[in-house]
Amino acid sequence: MLGAGLATARNAGGRVVRGLVDGYVELIRNTPFLIQLFIIYFGLPGIGLRVDAVTASLIGMVINLAAYSTEIIRAGIEAIPPAQIEAGEALGFTRLQIYQHVIILPAIQKVYPALCSQFVLMMLASSICSAISATELTAAASYVQSQSYRSFEVYIAVTVIYLLLALALRGLLALVGLWLFGRRVSRRVLRPVPA
Amino acid sequence: MIFRTFGWSEVWFIVQSAQWTLLLTAMGLVGGGIAGFFLALARVSPAAWLRVAAGTYIQIVQGIPVLMILFLSFYGLGLAGFQLPPIVAAGISMTIYVSGYFGEIWRGSIQAVPKPQWEGSASLAMTRAQQFRYVILPQALRLSLPSTVGFAVQVVKNTSIASLIGFVELARAGQLINNATFQPFRVFMVVAALYFAICYPLSRWSHRLERRLHARSAH
Repeated sequence: MLGAGLATARNAGGRVVRGLVDGYVELIRNTPFLIQLFIIYFGLPGIGLRVDAVTASLIGMVINLAAYSTEIIRAGIEAIPPAQIEAGEALGFTRLQIYQHVIILPAIQKVYPALCSQFVLMMLASSICSAISATELTAAASYVQSQSYRSFEVYIAVTVIYLLLALALRGLLALVGLWLFGRRVSRRVLRPVPA
Repeated sequence: MIFRTFGWSEVWFIVQSAQWTLLLTAMGLVGGGIAGFFLALARVSPAAWLRVAAGTYIQIVQGIPVLMILFLSFYGLGLAGFQLPPIVAAGISMTIYVSGYFGEIWRGSIQAVPKPQWEGSASLAMTRAQQFRYVILPQALRLSLPSTVGFAVQVVKNTSIASLIGFVELARAGQLINNATFQPFRVFMVVAALYFAICYPLSRWSHRLERRLHARSAH
């Protein structure tokens, strides 16, 4: 959602807004998620904001995913032919209506498969949050293996769980796509995407 | 003052560790590139079982976190009796990870070469190997360049995860310095800036390649 908002801001806003959003997107896209987490979790207390591990992970994931989806949705918006917007004007749509029906929804429809891959990637990247001691699947695995010393078995089991989660998430997103945009779009979600 | 302060020697330590990040990236790209190339060929092969096998492998690699690949090769190979230094385990994991994505990216580019190119070269009595070597691959290579460079950015960033098995690269160097100086904000800002300095030019390059490709195909 934040991504959609930012993509709008980049497209509609003046040069300053555009520069800011671009800067944010490039900054996030070109630094590792792990380092972003470190800065939030270890760095923020330095300027007086204390956050616990789970909150820090959530903030990190939102910031990270927002940057990627901004870029993806922006590409979608740019792929809308200007003639369609003119057609919308000719039909007497208000700016808001044009925005909703002619620009943002078709744009999201176009990039929906790419967006879904990004969601799956984010789910997988959440495993890194264990590094700042947020209790999720990987952290649980580390705990179990420190109790049982059977690291390989534990990590195999967790890997299988991640794999099932990823497949389930893809399937779910494909269903949502089917409901929202029809079969052609949703089938592309299921394929591994070169992105 | 018992803590070290974050001075130039600390920054220098972090900058030096960037070479390990680059080395690991190179290992991943070379190893993954070779494996990915064969995966891509398998994905477009006429033999169905090869296509399915490669497809399954790609789905699995894309469906599990890099961290898990890393843990499995680090602990798993240790269990099998190989006591591997972290760099080998990290290099192997990066190879597996990169191959899963390159295989799919390059399959896309091979299939994006128009079909008449196949038919044309077949009518010149080329063998399948010759078709690949002289007609298809040169074109697919050009098509694949933007996404390949773009993915290299992901690889650079994902090498940071190798710090979690104790391999001292950029991210781990940042942690070590932070433990000595307790100035996390500055330390990790420097680390982030270094990653940015590596990744941003790559991103721009990928972007430029993509634009050039589109400009050419617009005719």
